[in-house]
Amino acid sequence: MVPEHILSWMIFCPLIGAGLILFVPKRYPTLMKVIALLATVPPLWWAANLYVQFDRWDNGFQYVEKVPWIKAFNIHYFIGIDGISIPMVLLTALLAFLCVIASWNINEYVRGYFTLFLLLDTSMVGVFCALDFFLFYVFWELMLLPMYFLIGVWGGPKKEYAAIKFFLFTLVGSVLMLVVMLVFYFGSVEPATGLHSFDLTILADQAVHQAFLKSHPIRWLCYLGLFIGFAIKIPLVPFHTWLPDAHVEAPTAISVILAGVLLKMGTYGLLRISYPLLPDMALAFALYAAIFGLVSILYGALCAMAQTDMKKLIAYSSISHMGFVMLGMSVFSNTTAINGAVLQMFNHGTVTAMLFLLVGVIYDRAHHRDIDGFGGLAKTMPIYAGYTGLAFFAALGLPGLSSFISEALVLVGSFQQYKIITITATTGIILTAAYFLWTMQRVFLGPLNNKYAKLPEISLREAFTLTPLALIVILLGFYPMPVLDLIGTTLKHTVAMVVG
Amino acid sequence: MIPEEFIKSNLQGISFIGPEIILAMAMMILLIVGVILPYWRYRLVFTILALVGLAGSLLPLWKLPTPDPSLTYLSKLFVWDWLTFFFKPFFVVAAAFVILINHGSREIDNVEYSESTILVLAVTMGMMLLVASTDLLMIYLAFETMGILSYLLVGIRARDLRSGEAALKYVLYGAFTSGTMLFGFSLLFGLAGSTDLLEISQQVAAASQHPQDKILLIVAVIFFLAGLLFKTASFPFHFWCPDVYEGAPTPITAFLSVGPKAAGFALFIRLFYPLFSSAGETGAYEAISGLDWPSILALVSAITMTLGNLAAIHQNNLKRLLAYSSIAHAGYLLMGIVALSELGLRSVVFYLVVYLFMNLGAFAVVTLVASAGGSEEIHSYRGLGSRAPYVCVAMAIFLFSLIGLPPFAGFVGKVYLFAAVIYKKIYWLAVVAALNTVVSLYYYLRVVKAMFLEKSTEPIQIQVSFGSQVILFALLVPTLGLGIYWQPLASVVSGMF
Repeated sequence: MVPEHILSWMIFCPLIGAGLILFVPKRYPTLMKVIALLATVPPLWWAANLYVQFDRWDNGFQYVEKVPWIKAFNIHYFIGIDGISIPMVLLTALLAFLCVIASWNINEYVRGYFTLFLLLDTSMVGVFCALDFFLFYVFWELMLLPMYFLIGVWGGPKKEYAAIKFFLFTLVGSVLMLVVMLVFYFGSVEPATGLHSFDLTILADQAVHQAFLKSHPIRWLCYLGLFIGFAIKIPLVPFHTWLPDAHVEAPTAISVILAGVLLKMGTYGLLRISYPLLPDMALAFALYAAIFGLVSILYGALCAMAQTDMKKLIAYSSISHMGFVMLGMSVFSNTTAINGAVLQMFNHGTVTAMLFLLVGVIYDRAHHRDIDGFGGLAKTMPIYAGYTGLAFFAALGLPGLSSFISEALVLVGSFQQYKIITITATTGIILTAAYFLWTMQRVFLGPLNNKYAKLPEISLREAFTLTPLALIVILLGFYPMPVLDLIGTTLKHTVAMVVG
Repeated sequence: MIPEEFIKSNLQGISFIGPEIILAMAMMILLIVGVILPYWRYRLVFTILALVGLAGSLLPLWKLPTPDPSLTYLSKLFVWDWLTFFFKPFFVVAAAFVILINHGSREIDNVEYSESTILVLAVTMGMMLLVASTDLLMIYLAFETMGILSYLLVGIRARDLRSGEAALKYVLYGAFTSGTMLFGFSLLFGLAGSTDLLEISQQVAAASQHPQDKILLIVAVIFFLAGLLFKTASFPFHFWCPDVYEGAPTPITAFLSVGPKAAGFALFIRLFYPLFSSAGETGAYEAISGLDWPSILALVSAITMTLGNLAAIHQNNLKRLLAYSSIAHAGYLLMGIVALSELGLRSVVFYLVVYLFMNLGAFAVVTLVASAGGSEEIHSYRGLGSRAPYVCVAMAIFLFSLIGLPPFAGFVGKVYLFAAVIYKKIYWLAVVAALNTVVSLYYYLRVVKAMFLEKSTEPIQIQVSFGSQVILFALLVPTLGLGIYWQPLASVVSGMF
C-alpha cells in the first residue's frame, strides 16, 4: 500500500509520531518508545516501495509535489527525488528505524528524546527531498535544534561544549548559505511569471540569471559561500574541528545519525545546489576541491591513528572517508569517480553506522572507550568481535565489502584527471588499514584483560540493529549495482551539465 | 468669525483621533476609580478597565475610510495612511500584553499599580499620536508625550533606588537627544518656512541644490538622527539602554523594548522617506542628491548590531542581556531603513510585528520566573527545564526566534531584512548581519543551556498560574504560526507600501 503523496508522508510521518508522543502520560515511557518505533516503520516500507518503483532511466525528478506556500516570496512546497537523493532517502529511513531501536536504553527524559529524534528525522528526509531552495534551507536549519539538544542533554561529560560548538559551526555555514540564497533569488527571474524564484530546477537554468548574477566576482563569492557552508557539514579539513567533539559526546544513536546521514548533507548540498546553480564555478573550483578532499583523507587518517578514544577514532576516520567523496565529486572528466563518490556516501553511511553502534555496545558494558583499556575481548565476546571485524574490514576497504568498490571507483576515476593527487590519496587507504588493524589488535587480540572477562555477549536487540547493515555491506561489496543503477542516470546528467 | 467649512472639517477630523480620545477617557475613568476604590485590593479591576479601554480604542478604526496618504485631518496635523492604520492596533496589542504581564507580576506593588496602568495607556496614546502626525510640532509634542511618560514609568517604584537611577539616566539622555532633535526641527522650519512635512519635503528638494542650504540640511539630518537613534536604542545613543532596562520593573522594560522602539522606527519611516528621499524606479527610493544618509545609517546599523551582540555575551543578568539583544535588534531593523525601498519598509514593519511577540514572550518568562521566587540572573535558570517544562520550552522558542532560526517567526523577519539589503546589493551589510546572527546564538543559548543542559542547584518549584500560561500561549501562537505560514501578514505589509 503506497499513499499518493508518498514523499510528504515520508517527511511528516515522524512528525506525527512526535506529536503523539507529547500526549502520552509521563508514566508510560515504553509507550513513547513504541510510538517512536511505529513512526519510523511506515517510512521504511515506503522507502522499499520507492526503491522498487523508482524509474532508473529518468534523469529528472520523480514523485514531484508542488504547492504554493508563501506567495509573497514565490516560495513553494516543492519536493521530489532523483538519483542523487534516493539513496540518501533510503539510508535515512533505514538508519532512523535502527536508531530508535538502538535508543531503547534511553531512560532519562524519554519524551524529550524521542520527540526531538523524530523531529530530526523529519528534517533529514525533508532536506533530501526539498527542491525549493527556501524549503531546503528551512529543513536544513530545522535539523540544528533537535541535534543541539540531543547532544547537549543526553550526551557525555563535555556535552555542553560539544553541542554549542556543533551549533555555532553549522550556523556559520547556514547563514552564508542564506545570503547566497537571497542573492540567487533576486538574481533570477522566472520566465513564465516574471517573479523571482527559489525553485532549484528554475535556478539551475543559467538563462534566468540576471546580468549582475553573471558577473564573475559575484559568482565566485556565491560559490565560496556555499562551499564553506557545505564544507563545514561534510566536514573538510580545516572546517572539521566540531566533528570529533560532537561525536565523542553524542549518545550512540545520535552519533550514528550524525555520521550516517548529517555528514552526507554537505556533499548532497554540493550536488543539489552548488553544481546545478553554478556549474562553471564548480568546474573552475574542481582542483581546489580535490585538494581539500586529499587533505581531509590524509589528515583524517593521520589523526585517527593517534586516537585512544574509539569514538574519536571513528570520527576522524569519517573525515578521511568523506574526503574520498569530495575527491570523487571534483572529477568531471568521467562519470566513474562521481558514481563512486555517491556510492561512497551510501556505503559510509552504513559502515560508520555499524562502527558507532558497535562502540555503543562496548561502552554500555565497560563505560569507557579507551582503546588501550581492553585486550583479548575476542575470547569473551566472539560474536561482537565478528561484527566489529566485519565493520573494520569494510571501513578499511577490504575487497568484497562495500567501501572497497566505492573507494576504488573514486580512485580509478580521479586518476584520469588528477594523477598526483590520486596517488597521494591512495596512501590514505594504507593509513586507514593501519589504524583499524592496530585498533583491532589492541582491543580484541592479545592477553585477556581480566577486568572484562565477564562482559556479556552482544544482546539480541543490538544484533538486530547491526545485522541489516552487515548484510547491506556484504551485498554491496559483491554486487554494487542496486545502488549504482539508481544513481547512474542522474549523475551522468549532472556531469554533462557541469562540463557544459 | 470662523468659517463653517473649517469647523466642519475639524469635526470630521475628530473621528480620526477616536482611538486616542477613548484611551484618554479610559485613563480618566481609571484615575477616578483609583481614588474611589481602595486601590491596594482591586488589582483586577484596573486591569480589566485598562483592557476594556484598549479594546474600545480599536472600535473607531472599523468606521474609518480606507487609508490614503492624501487623507490629512485637523489642519493637516495628522494623516490617515497605512502606517497610521497599522501601528495604532500594533501599540494597542503591545500595551494589552504589557498590562497582562504586569498584572501577574508582583514587581509593581498594588500601591503603584493603578498609576502604572494609566501611564501605560498614556504612553500608548502618545505613540498613536506620533505615528499619525505629519507636522513637526505635533511630532515633537507626541514624541515628548511618549518620552516623558515613559521616564515616569521607569521610575515608578519610588522606593527602589535602581528604578530611580534608571529613570534619571533615561531623563537626562532623553532631554539631551530630544532637545537636539528639536533643534534639527527648527533648522528645517527655518529652511522651509513651514512645519508641514509635505511642504517641507518640496522645499528640501529645492534646497539640496544650493551648497549653503545643503550644509544646513546635513546638520538637520544629523540632529534628527540623535532623537531617533536614542528612541530606537542604536549606536551611538544606546548607553542608557542596559541600565534603564535593568532598573525598570520587568513589565515596563518589556513595554519599552517593543513600544517606543517601534514608534521610533515608525517615525524613521515617517520622517526620512518623505523628507530626504524621492521615489525612484518602481518600488525603490533614492536619497536626495548629496545627502548620503543611507550610507551613514548602514554604518550605524553594522556597528549597532555588532556592539549589542558582543556586549551581550558577558551579561549574567537576563534583563541586561535582553537589553543588549534589543540594541542588536535595532541594528538589524536599521537594515530595512537603509535599504530605501518598499521591500525595506515592509521588512521593518514585518520584523517589528514578529519582534513584538517574541520579545514580549521572553520578558514574560523573565517576569514569571522572577515573581515565582527566582531571580533575573542566568544561574537561577539552571535546571529549570525539568521543573517548569512548559515555561522553559516557551522561553526556548522565544529565544530561538530571537536568534532567527526556522521554523520560528524571527527567522522570517530576518529573511525579510536580509532580502531588503541584498535587493539593494549592500552585500557587506548582509554578511555582517549574518555573522552577527552566529554571535547572538552564543548568548541566547547560554540561557537555553542553563535551562535544559545544566542541573539545578537550588530546588525552587515554579508555580505558573493558569493566566500566565494563557498569556505565554497567546504569544507563542504567532511566534510559531508566523514562522510556518506568514502569507497573511505578508499580504498586509505588501498592501502598506
